Amino acid sequence: MSGSFYFVMVGHQDNPVFEMEFLPAGKPESKDDHRHLNQFIAHAALDLVDENMWLSNNMYLKTVDKFNEWFVSAFVTAGHILCTALDSSLYGIKNFFNDVYDLYIKFAMNPFYEINAPIRSTAFERKVQFLGKKHLLS
Amino acid sequence: MDTRFTRGKSNILERPLTRPKTEVSVSAFALLYSEMVQYCQSRVYSVSELQTRLADMGQSVGASLLDVLVLREKNGKRETKVLNMLLFIKVNVWKSLFGKEADKLDGFPAKVTAHWHKGTTLMIKFNDSVIARDKALDGR
Repeated sequence: MSGSFYFVMVGHQDNPVFEMEFLPAGKPESKDDHRHLNQFIAHAALDLVDENMWLSNNMYLKTVDKFNEWFVSAFVTAGHILCTALDSSLYGIKNFFNDVYDLYIKFAMNPFYEINAPIRSTAFERKVQFLGKKHLLS
Repeated sequence: MDTRFTRGKSNILERPLTRPKTEVSVSAFALLYSEMVQYCQSRVYSVSELQTRLADMGQSVGASLLDVLVLREKNGKRETKVLNMLLFIKVNVWKSLFGKEADKLDGFPAKVTAHWHKGTTLMIKFNDSVIARDKALDGR
């Protein structure tokens, strides 16, 4: 499964707000076992993120955990929305996080969007996919 | 957010986030503000309920404002200490909402409630766990 990438945004009650998988071309369908595993790994890392987020002023928390060949990197927004990414290489993750954060702010400024509610917008998904391809799968 | 009608494109996500400097007319703002207050007032039977409702409305405004302001004013550095956060609210948030900084910052308890006492004082009540955590961080 090298070369693929899983990204999730988690709200204040540990509820998923947004998740997305990036698979490299050549793997037409995702394996369902691995999908559950991705969620499990990301969820398990939440405790570590909770600890680490009080230790630094930065939003980008670098790698908080490692699982087999996957690195779990985390990013905390100002409103304490936790973003976790599972990747096999760390190249370009920081820029990806910053761009997604930008996008998230624009989305959250909508007064009709409740913080912590799941994000269901095709435009948002498309942009995140585009950002993922741009930063991570090149 | 339903995007059936926009076919997956959204202008809002394309706009630049920093320094747009858009202006809104005072009359539009005044109308919205007065309608919000009237809406709440017509549905409650006590002042404290009115305060709670207005505070709830404000909470979602604050939540989205927080992200934008941190990005613009502080370049992406979050506040982890209580005092710094309060200072941030006093300076940046107040300036963006009301055009000038808040008057005074007094020492702290927890749980945000609005008190009417010589002008508006907001008393913020924190959980004990927050104070303990803050003390632990200061000791590090």
